[in-house]
Amino acid sequence: MYRIPLKNSGQETRLFRSRVTVAVILAGLLVLILVGRLGYLEVVRHGHYATLARNNRISPVPIPPARGLILDRNGIVLAEDIPVFTLQVMPDRVRDMKHLLARLKTLIALNKQDLRDFDRRLQQHRPFQDVTLRAHLSEAEAAHVAVNLMRLPGVTLRARLRRYYPLGGLAVDAIGYVSHINQAEEQGPDATRYFGFHHMGQLGVERSYQKDLMGRIGFKDVEMNAAGRAVKVLKRIAPRAGRNLYLNIDAQMQAIGEQMLDNRPGSIVAIDPRSGAVLTFVSSPIYDPNPFVDGIREKAYRKLASNPNAPLNNRALNGLYPPGSTIKPFFAYAALQTKWFNPDSTYTCPGYWHLPHNGHLFHCWKPMGMGPVDLETAIEESCDVYFYHLAFKQGIDRMTRYLTYFGFGHRTGIDLPGESRGLVPTRAWRRARHRPWYPGQTVITGIGQGPLLVTPVQLADAVAAIANDGVRMRPEVVRGVENPVTGAVRYVRPFAYPAVPRRRKKSLSVLIRDMTQVVMGPHGTARGIDWDHVLPYTAAGKTGTAQLWNAIPGYNGKHIHSDALFIAFAPVSHPRIALAVIVEHAGFGALAAAPIARALMNFYLLGHVHVRKVNQTNGRVLPVGTHP
Amino acid sequence: MTNYERWHIDRPLFHALLALAATSLFVLYSAGGNNLLFALGDALRLAVGFVVMFAAAQVSPETYRKWSVPLFGGGVLALALVLAIGVVRFGARRWIAFGPLSIQPSEFMKLAVPMMLAWYFSRRSLPPRLTQVIIAALIMLIPVLLIAKEPDLGTAVIVLLSGVIVLFLAGMSWRTIAVVVLAAVAAAPVLWAHMHHYQRQRIYILFHPEADPLGAGYHAIQGMIAVGSGGIFGQGWLHSSQANLHFLPDSTTDFAFAVFCQEFGFFGDLALLALYLFIIYRGLRIAFAAQDSYSRLLAASLSVLFFFDVFINMGMVSGILPVVGVPLPILSYGGTSLLIIMADLGILMSIHGHRRLVN
Repeated sequence: MYRIPLKNSGQETRLFRSRVTVAVILAGLLVLILVGRLGYLEVVRHGHYATLARNNRISPVPIPPARGLILDRNGIVLAEDIPVFTLQVMPDRVRDMKHLLARLKTLIALNKQDLRDFDRRLQQHRPFQDVTLRAHLSEAEAAHVAVNLMRLPGVTLRARLRRYYPLGGLAVDAIGYVSHINQAEEQGPDATRYFGFHHMGQLGVERSYQKDLMGRIGFKDVEMNAAGRAVKVLKRIAPRAGRNLYLNIDAQMQAIGEQMLDNRPGSIVAIDPRSGAVLTFVSSPIYDPNPFVDGIREKAYRKLASNPNAPLNNRALNGLYPPGSTIKPFFAYAALQTKWFNPDSTYTCPGYWHLPHNGHLFHCWKPMGMGPVDLETAIEESCDVYFYHLAFKQGIDRMTRYLTYFGFGHRTGIDLPGESRGLVPTRAWRRARHRPWYPGQTVITGIGQGPLLVTPVQLADAVAAIANDGVRMRPEVVRGVENPVTGAVRYVRPFAYPAVPRRRKKSLSVLIRDMTQVVMGPHGTARGIDWDHVLPYTAAGKTGTAQLWNAIPGYNGKHIHSDALFIAFAPVSHPRIALAVIVEHAGFGALAAAPIARALMNFYLLGHVHVRKVNQTNGRVLPVGTHP
Repeated sequence: MTNYERWHIDRPLFHALLALAATSLFVLYSAGGNNLLFALGDALRLAVGFVVMFAAAQVSPETYRKWSVPLFGGGVLALALVLAIGVVRFGARRWIAFGPLSIQPSEFMKLAVPMMLAWYFSRRSLPPRLTQVIIAALIMLIPVLLIAKEPDLGTAVIVLLSGVIVLFLAGMSWRTIAVVVLAAVAAAPVLWAHMHHYQRQRIYILFHPEADPLGAGYHAIQGMIAVGSGGIFGQGWLHSSQANLHFLPDSTTDFAFAVFCQEFGFFGDLALLALYLFIIYRGLRIAFAAQDSYSRLLAASLSVLFFFDVFINMGMVSGILPVVGVPLPILSYGGTSLLIIMADLGILMSIHGHRRLVN
């Protein structure tokens, strides 16, 4: 056997041992470093890394709650959440996309737009993420796909809740609609509140009662693997469904109003004068809010926006109308509070009126004049000269003060967002624009022309104040908020504004008597309402015809068809409904607006409608007792 | 004469290895996604490893000494072959394919270089003279450069380390060591300039793993998360979320230790470390008891190298060393590396088992 000679064995062994010792010491140091590091990571920083590991695998997934229902005063559903199905494809799991699309085409409708959108999304998709092929599958289509899901690898059906307005555009201007949360809301001060929500109310009570309707978001902690696929649900915090809204609006009455306006531009607001409950809230033409929920297509939106009748404008809330003669009762009321005014004394109407020391003529609507008129006649037949005179005698300050008492020029406080103030012209208002106040403006303001502008809500609320013994109630669209779990309803408490000042006791009853004559009297401008003398109740009202001169560009300076207005309340003895009806460009108020008011009052008070056919082209009010 | 002695098996070393093998089975079953088939593969791999160890133990140290040079020469030839006809995987040419099997000659050099240098120094009186040190350094630089060219910087460093260990244990003078260290420091910028982009990235990421959490820093961060979330007592076997949900890449190979940490915690780490240190201690005992210069040098070098394998892997997982592809001996799933390690340990046993033949 070959043997290795141990050369100088003792010295070599010593050298070797010293070197091994050095190596062991070095290794010992390294082990200490390693143990120290492991201890640091596992003991000192354990909390930090445990959190990181948790965040790695657990992601909270929001569960959106069902939004509260919106129901009319009788429980008819106006807005609800319905399940909709979205067809999604995970491209990474599809072997042959063309083949898959061809198969899907046999099951559901896929048009070119869908495929184009899908192709675009496909370009941007991240690995192992679903790409939407089509949203809003019908239930039948969803069923077709669901049955064949096994044979369609990579295809998933996702169900979610979507806001749906079953009656389409009915009361859309009161209800509003929900649509995608915009960026400002998502990143605004309320960002945390909307976390996990994709939609929020944009208009109407959907907006103003957003907090009640939205409910509380739920969460589930989902364990995810590194590829981002959910493995299992670890924890679930159930969402709390939103509260239901009961509206004061009567859907049937609303439908009657909308149908009678028949998409002509106009507005109807009906209020229960005792509580301020808004019974009908029409802004015509109406539009279907459903396309807005998931984002309306640009083309459809442009069509709506460019419609000359502007269906997207909320006329009832924001429409600014010259009130015309419907403002006369309020000026009469103002005059009735003075000592010098005697409602029974007469003033002769020659058909025109001119300012003292000034030649400018103001005409009455009846060119030949009405002869001697007292307040009753002036209101019943809507004598302009009487009110020119009254305005001149009262002065603009007194007139505007009383208009303010009745709520004009201020927001009524209705529970809808974005209400307009209207415009009550005062000297201060003119001064702010560096213009003097001319007496002639006082005179035309006296018949509701000039710069005076009111909204239909203001008009309805003001006439409701007359009906409610001078106490104006805040209009409320929402009747109550229902907790969907307990069923407990929190009713909205009626809110009364300070009563309109009354210095003479009988003044209001005098005014109401005169307004009753408008509808019931032999010469009343709205006597046609009760042409067949069948109304079992008495109604009071006032017609108005607002002359428009240059409301539309292009018609500048030319006289265009006037707006028809009508305000009314009934029954006179204990009013339960007060309303304002405006039909734009419809001419004489009694013709276009009053029948709508009659239908609504009939429906509300009697439960049925007798609609009188009015010959619109003729434009003549049929005399009492004649039958068409 | 017990069976252990008859077959030249060192009993404490053997038991420690069995314990490690069992640990590997448990950890890899968990890290491999509770896959029994995968665990079976691991068992088969370990079985093959033990066979190699057993076979290596039967060969006398004398034979190893005689075969040192041919083995080294063959290894270098294989490395040259890799560069010529090797298979490219993951962007590096490291493998030679034999049908379905593929071997990694660079792994083999971890054994061949210490053998070669131990053979070289065993024929000379120690401490070596400077010329001898230079010759030895040149010998070991051949495979190191070849491996670095593949490129496989991690293995090249380990192979270089294996040679340096032999040089150090052989008694290379401290003055030379100081000069080499200074030269290395001076050469560092030059090396940096010649590194591949991803290699630089790894070293950069070592200091700033947060700079690229989803790219180059991903391994380091997920490894540290796994280790740190283990805590003192660990999450328990099969409860490594980092591995089960595939956040941890290479959870069965280079990062198996991270899975172990998350499941068994700090105390588990200490126990595992103790097991490894025991194996190294046993190796050094064998070296001390060795009766000739070659066996002594080889046994000590292999033991110290074994330590560095363990340290580099654990250091890499716990974020004190850059992420270089070094598996944890025995525990990690890896064919060639396991076979080489088991061969190392077989040689240690052979040195111990055959020592009576001398004298």
